[in-house]
Amino acid sequence: MHNSTKIDTRFEGGPAAPSVTLEQVSFAYPGEQIFRSLNFTVKGGQWTCLIGPSGCGKSTLLRLISGTLREGLSGRIHFSDGNNHKGLTAWMSQKDLLLPWLSVVDNVCLGARLRGEMTAKKRLKAMSLLEDAGLGEYANVLPSSLSGGMRQRVALLRTLMEERSVILMDEPFSALDALTRLKLQDLAARLVEGATVLMVTHDPLEALRLGHRIYVMTDRPAKLSDALIPPGSPPRNPGDSAIISMQATLLERLEGRDKS
Amino acid sequence: MTFIRPIVILFGLVLIWQTIVLVTGVPAYILPGPMSVAEAFLSHTGPLFEHAMTTLLEIIAGLLIGTLLGASNALVMIASRSLKRWLLPVLVISQAIPVFALAPLLVLWLGYGMSSKIAMAVLIIFFPVTAAFYDGMRSTEPEWLELAQVMNAKPMAIIRHVRIPAALPAFASGLRVATAVAPIGAVVGEWVGSSSGLGFYMLHANARMQIDIMFAALSLLCIVSLMLYFLVDRAMIKIVYWQKEGNKKEARHL
Repeated sequence: MHNSTKIDTRFEGGPAAPSVTLEQVSFAYPGEQIFRSLNFTVKGGQWTCLIGPSGCGKSTLLRLISGTLREGLSGRIHFSDGNNHKGLTAWMSQKDLLLPWLSVVDNVCLGARLRGEMTAKKRLKAMSLLEDAGLGEYANVLPSSLSGGMRQRVALLRTLMEERSVILMDEPFSALDALTRLKLQDLAARLVEGATVLMVTHDPLEALRLGHRIYVMTDRPAKLSDALIPPGSPPRNPGDSAIISMQATLLERLEGRDKS
Repeated sequence: MTFIRPIVILFGLVLIWQTIVLVTGVPAYILPGPMSVAEAFLSHTGPLFEHAMTTLLEIIAGLLIGTLLGASNALVMIASRSLKRWLLPVLVISQAIPVFALAPLLVLWLGYGMSSKIAMAVLIIFFPVTAAFYDGMRSTEPEWLELAQVMNAKPMAIIRHVRIPAALPAFASGLRVATAVAPIGAVVGEWVGSSSGLGFYMLHANARMQIDIMFAALSLLCIVSLMLYFLVDRAMIKIVYWQKEGNKKEARHL
């Protein structure tokens, strides 16, 4: 599909992508305990999915790891390479968060621009990422002329441009129609391979397609289930019989029927 | 069509004006008809344009200085929370003083020249510009700010690359309001004490019962204000280019 002159645009973190460990993490919003002494490890270099009902604290957990939420946090969150939050994670949310006044390629380079590190080389890399994702011809238009799926693809590329070894995703594909979602999941699985990914979702099928490990989060203060490890490597075929039967298990766990 | 509509509206208004004059038979020293105003306009173009120049300069200077001060004030309030706590009450108090009541004082302090009128215009537009720009920056999409924070951006870079562009549409509407009200400041200043400008010329004509000249000056003031407004409006549309862009280039595939 693409010829050989193109730069390899896959994730460059490689096998060194760190794991993220939460030790005795407690967190409360005023009057509401979200986590109490939570212990949880996100395995390095793998795609971990967190699934659970709305409002159970999944997004809060991502914000605690990204470091945008600090007040009210006790316990320890550390990365296995010894670094702290700052400058280690990349963020992708349900909204594409593209800045409407910047062209598509400038949006992909947003991080570099914000840190004052913009270079011609960065721009080239962004261009080749766009080419690779089939958005080359849209590099210089404003986001308002793109469809929802294309916008979210640009958001994914902006996340990759950060070259962070830990990627946090908050329901990144939930606003898309089914077919676009499948395509974007494939693209994401290909591009972030090797990075440590923690993705929040409430779509069991999405979790089963993409996750190396799946955790179900329920209750308040939140509890995490044991890891569910689907067979094979992501992105998995949604029609696979093993996946379909696991989906039933997952739904049961979500409903809290499975107490084993 | 866009060209014809204002002309039709203008023609209609003049027609209503003429009809009122004809039907009520008011004397010309109370309400002159459009024709006599046009005549007065043509026979006094020299002084009219001279005075219009003064007023226009006052308005433009007032707009520039007021916008600059208002925008920097908004920026300071966004950049520093502690300064904001001091500036915000001052801003509100300044708005509680009716600017018109200050006009005689400004003339007393700054003299009969242009500066007192510029100061009036600045005082009048300072608040709408500050409020619009500040509100625009404050209501920036919180998730954009969060994303920028995860990207490790410095607070100043966030203001420059996210908050300011995000506030430009609000700033543009503030500036439109400012352009509409700035002439009021300049003319009120001229009424209180001056020796040139359209406000002065109107007062002067009024005192001599030259109501047709007064109306001619008033129409010229309208024209000047309208031109200025359309110029600013055009510039603002250029500045917030992404709002107008819309879906020009249709997305062809997903």
